[in-house]
Amino acid sequence: MEMDQSAVQLRSYQQRAFDTADKEQTLRSVIATLQDLSFVVDKADLDLGTVSATKLSGYQVRMTVTARPRGTTQMLVRANAQYMDKAVESPKPYQDFFTALEKSMFLTAHQVD
Amino acid sequence: MYRLHPGRRSGWAVVVLVLAASLTGCAATIPKDALIPTPDTLERRQLQSRRLDGISETQLLAASAGVLQDLGFNIDESETKLGVIVASKDRSAFSAGQITAAVALALLGAYYSVDKTQKIRVSLVTRPALSADGKPRPDAQVIRITIQRLVWNVENQLTRIEAIEEPAIYQAFFEKLSKSVFLEAQQI
Repeated sequence: MEMDQSAVQLRSYQQRAFDTADKEQTLRSVIATLQDLSFVVDKADLDLGTVSATKLSGYQVRMTVTARPRGTTQMLVRANAQYMDKAVESPKPYQDFFTALEKSMFLTAHQVD
Repeated sequence: MYRLHPGRRSGWAVVVLVLAASLTGCAATIPKDALIPTPDTLERRQLQSRRLDGISETQLLAASAGVLQDLGFNIDESETKLGVIVASKDRSAFSAGQITAAVALALLGAYYSVDKTQKIRVSLVTRPALSADGKPRPDAQVIRITIQRLVWNVENQLTRIEAIEEPAIYQAFFEKLSKSVFLEAQQI
């Protein structure tokens, strides 16, 4: 079905896997990356593995990023962004975010199917 | 719809943004560079960060919460396990210059909306500094604060949404923090 296909596609570019089992350091890197991108962190929860933040630079972008273990050796990081009152559904902004996060973590962001 | 460019001081320009579903005909795609570091990312990071030695993360967060309180902020959220405190304060945004202009234009029959309230939001994030071999140190921390502001006018329209990047504001905060940390270390 077409809708299932695009939902699968959306999820595939909103998430990446990193070769680390350290959820806390992953989330701290997410927070540092968001601060670098001029976001103000709104909420963070280590147990839940979530960080939410807002960027106000003449426009509003809200992002939520979650990190959870994937197997025993990886962390799955998923981001979803909202621009003004619409969900962001194109791949490039997420690619940009994960590129910035890679640098912060000194780890490669692996595509996840 | 108007967009302000990042970094531009908006004291001189009042831009009316209506952030509501009634907004039609404006580009609804996220700006291309929204999630890309800018040339001044490193500079901004240095402006917004300080390293403090001889203090644990918990002590630093406690001292920081104290400074935020001193500055009249309300703590909205915190997650000490990730070194995060989120605070905000609402203040009047009336400025004498704007009111004068508004009165002058009103006399000429025109209408000029005036800023009424502003909300200032701060994220305060601590993270252990790394030792030479890349391990987090228990006794040295890096703190980074990011500040942003929303301003509403008398019609309750959002007129300004911006990051605050004046160095003086960050310096003032860190000066207060140094004093507070000293007090915290002395257990006062």
